[in-house]
Amino acid sequence: MLLLSGCSGPLSTLDPAGPSAAAIAQVLWWMLGVAVVVSVGVIALWLWAMRPDAQRRGHERRWLVGGGLLLPGVAIAALLFFGASAGRHQWPWPGETPALVIDVNARQWHWRVRYPEHDLVLQDELRLPVGRAVHVRTSSDDVIHSFWVPRLGGKLDAIPGRTLMLSLQADRPGRYLGQCAEFCGIGHARMPLVVIAMAPDDFDAWLAAARRAP
Amino acid sequence: MSSPGQLADGSGGPPDAAALHAEFERVWGNPRGWRALTIVNHSVVALRFMVTGLVFFVLAGLLSMLMRVQLARPGQQVIDAETYNQAFTAHGTMMMFLFAVPVLQGAAAYLLPKMLGARDLVFPRLSAFGYWCYLFGGLIFCAGLALGLAPNAGWFMYTPLSSDVHSPGPNSDFWLIGITFVEIATMAAGIEIAVSILRTRADGMALHRMPIFAWAMLVTSMMIVFGFPPLILASILLELERAAGWAFFDPTRGGDPLLWQHLFWLFGHPEVYIIFLPAAGMVSTLVSVHAQRPLVGYSWVVVSLISTGFLSFGLWVHHMFTVGIPALAQGFFAAASMAVAIPTAVQVFAWIATLATGRPRWNPPMLWLAGFLATFVLGGLTGVMLAFVPFDWQVHDTHFVVAHLHYVLIGGMLFPLFAALYHWLPLASGRMASPRLARLGFWLSFVGFQGTFLVMHWTGLLGMPRRVWTYDSGMGWDWPNLVSSVFGFVMAFGVAATLLDLALHWRFGRKAEPNPWHADTLEWAVGQPPTSYNFASLPPIDSRHPLWEQPQLQSAIAAGDFELPRAAHGRRETLGSDPVSGRPREVIHLPGNSVLPLLAALLLSAMCIALLARFYWPALAAACATTVVLLRWSWENCAHPKAAAGEAFDLPKGLALHSRTFDGPGLWGMGLTMAANAALYASFVFGWCFLWLVAPAWTPPAKAPLDVWTLPAATGAFIAGWALLRQLSGRLQHGVDQGLGLRLLAAAACGAAGCAVLGKALAGATLAPTRSAHDAMLAFLLVYLLLHGALAVLLALLQAARVRHGHVGLQAPYEPGVVAILWLFVVGVTAVAWVAFGLLPTALAGQG
Repeated sequence: MLLLSGCSGPLSTLDPAGPSAAAIAQVLWWMLGVAVVVSVGVIALWLWAMRPDAQRRGHERRWLVGGGLLLPGVAIAALLFFGASAGRHQWPWPGETPALVIDVNARQWHWRVRYPEHDLVLQDELRLPVGRAVHVRTSSDDVIHSFWVPRLGGKLDAIPGRTLMLSLQADRPGRYLGQCAEFCGIGHARMPLVVIAMAPDDFDAWLAAARRAP
Repeated sequence: MSSPGQLADGSGGPPDAAALHAEFERVWGNPRGWRALTIVNHSVVALRFMVTGLVFFVLAGLLSMLMRVQLARPGQQVIDAETYNQAFTAHGTMMMFLFAVPVLQGAAAYLLPKMLGARDLVFPRLSAFGYWCYLFGGLIFCAGLALGLAPNAGWFMYTPLSSDVHSPGPNSDFWLIGITFVEIATMAAGIEIAVSILRTRADGMALHRMPIFAWAMLVTSMMIVFGFPPLILASILLELERAAGWAFFDPTRGGDPLLWQHLFWLFGHPEVYIIFLPAAGMVSTLVSVHAQRPLVGYSWVVVSLISTGFLSFGLWVHHMFTVGIPALAQGFFAAASMAVAIPTAVQVFAWIATLATGRPRWNPPMLWLAGFLATFVLGGLTGVMLAFVPFDWQVHDTHFVVAHLHYVLIGGMLFPLFAALYHWLPLASGRMASPRLARLGFWLSFVGFQGTFLVMHWTGLLGMPRRVWTYDSGMGWDWPNLVSSVFGFVMAFGVAATLLDLALHWRFGRKAEPNPWHADTLEWAVGQPPTSYNFASLPPIDSRHPLWEQPQLQSAIAAGDFELPRAAHGRRETLGSDPVSGRPREVIHLPGNSVLPLLAALLLSAMCIALLARFYWPALAAACATTVVLLRWSWENCAHPKAAAGEAFDLPKGLALHSRTFDGPGLWGMGLTMAANAALYASFVFGWCFLWLVAPAWTPPAKAPLDVWTLPAATGAFIAGWALLRQLSGRLQHGVDQGLGLRLLAAAACGAAGCAVLGKALAGATLAPTRSAHDAMLAFLLVYLLLHGALAVLLALLQAARVRHGHVGLQAPYEPGVVAILWLFVVGVTAVAWVAFGLLPTALAGQG
């Protein structure tokens, strides 16, 4: 439990609050486990091999095939096969109807968040309803930035001249933090984005009020 | 009766070992004082590369200490954001370009001729020139740092941040100009090492008997030939955008910031394997020697090295998983990026098997190799994790990647380098280092490294991005950063202790016995420290382990028992070999000391400084002066009196001096240089197609700026010139030399016609390179074709002049074939231009 509390943090990828981050975190734990086993095993093998015994011959081919081909081959195949679906939450699949489309325009060193269907603009803040996917469209007016809310999902760059899209979803109400994740100049370190997930009714109420406000 | 090699005092018989040594020293000896600046000998130049590289390493390391101090606590202002940005950019740039590759190339340049049974590398003046370009380019870069004008856009210089709009001022220019200057050295060394490995091996050293380190460097050098040009092209294009406003990467003018990323990573991924493979070759060598048995799975390891080399060119997009590339493409690159772990795993288990079935000892090199294994395997595993795309979406651009890259670079390059230094220093200096200081240095470095970077994976998983000069408390990043910073100092002490040990041993180390590690390859037979000429006579070999088969080989070599055992003729020479079988084909004569490499490098530095300051006329003048010096250098070649004029009477039976044959190092060097050039051109054509298909605001003009006949006409003119050159080479092979000069002049005339056509098109076309990427690409193409056509014409004219002077003819028929390769390249690029820039747009426009 100490480990779990050590995992939490406003920008932690290990404290997921949305399906995308959760699926990725799960694969991470498996990969970490396998990596620990393999590295401990290989290091132990090397240290064992360094024992200054008398000459021991034979079975050289087994090392090469078993360790060199089979071990990585099987591990990689397993990772690709079992892990492939972890990314499905991030793609804005054509058939999926999002709750909202949100335009996030990045510029040095702020986020301009626009709700095109509702004619609403926020600065450095994004709000979304809990439990439904929203489509975030990223763009930039100056240099490359990157939109990233680690507790909800992976990042997507904001590239001048392009509009890219990802799917974002929060499973619990709360306040999450985003941060620009592509070096964009002197203000890069201080370019946060506050993401607030609200229960659907609360969100509708907030939306209505925000649109009316000047 | 006197024999050709008899001494002047008339004493009978060949000289003894001591007299032979004196004879060779007269020809090969290195001067002291100011004249030491003219040294071209590979051992000296290679050591210069390595020492200079280690100095840059220390400088870049100090920058990282500054960064760690700043990051030790949240919210600190030990240095401000701008300084921090310059620090991390310079740290990465210096480590990658001014330390890692040059030091490994230096080690290769030092060791390979000795391992292969040769006396020097094949282009000695080029080695020296490469060193000066490296030194001066590095100094120019550091000058930027000293002036507070270091580049500050990250070591991969992403656009648009690095463009003139968002990075005004000369900072990014220091990177683009300084580092491209240094890359001349990298390219030169890469081409030279590849040719040397292929063409100057001992009699009987077929490819399957080559030392494994030679295989590693052969693959690495070919990777350099194809991997660096995309970056060189990108740097030229970006500098043109910054200095002249030409639109390549600006999305508002038809360019694309992603083009920079593709070109950069097309270089960037092979680059990290260019850094790892030499180290892997060193590990294979050391493991075999220190386990006192041949490497297990030699063929497996060779295949692994080659497949890693090829695979590494197909992975670059894994640095771009967050830019919105389609899912299928991401999946392909993910699978390929994981697959490259397989050849690496084969090598790891070959090493383990060698140790397990040998008799290993825990001496300083093996200590560092254990550290390498523990560290590099971890780094490789986090690499496989990063190749898994969804995970990369989370940790890309966080400190998790910083941890990974330091694990593979420090674990995979620095630790093997220290192991190699401890292993081969007894060869270079004749002394042993101190085991105590070595152990202290290792443990401090190893523990310090793990303490710094292991926790950094955690920091990244907790969300700390890269390249942030400070951070707020409450993110969970406070204690991991403090741990990293404290252990960073431990590691710094360890590295300092190690470097101190290596430096001090040169004076205070105890004398080493001959071949102290009981190694098997030829470099241990050249003396400790080595003579300037390596081998008094060149031995044949018939196994992979010459010194294990014949432990007394060194004294037989020194006594002159084998080939090319005399130097009284005054020539520097080594055996030229068949690239596959290793059988001798000719005697390669090599140039001695010369000031021309230094002169050329100084003039190039003047050009670079002028470009930095944006004084373009002085830059042009310096470029012209450099060209003159380079042409003078090429003039003093082959049959020129300063090279090896006249008949040679004391050659082995059946072999001639290479310049009297139709093959030689220059042919291969020109071939590989054109291969590199082709890689640059192919990157350019890729960029054209990429922009055409994908750039956001690409607007081709309604009417094509080029006439439809320009490119085919130019191609035809160049084909005519090339055909003339091929014909005259063929005539020389049949012993006919009439009309040699005339044909060369006719070829030059054809080339001039081609250039005239291109020049007219450039002048006449209404191109606006500052307004549209389309026009910028076309303008660049025409200038590129024109410059290469002009070079071809110039070299043909020079050949005609050399015919007049008697340096080229029936007795020296070699050079026209070399020049013909350049002509063929010009034909190729012009023809491809016709298809890609002439026909393709018409076809695409026709469909649209």
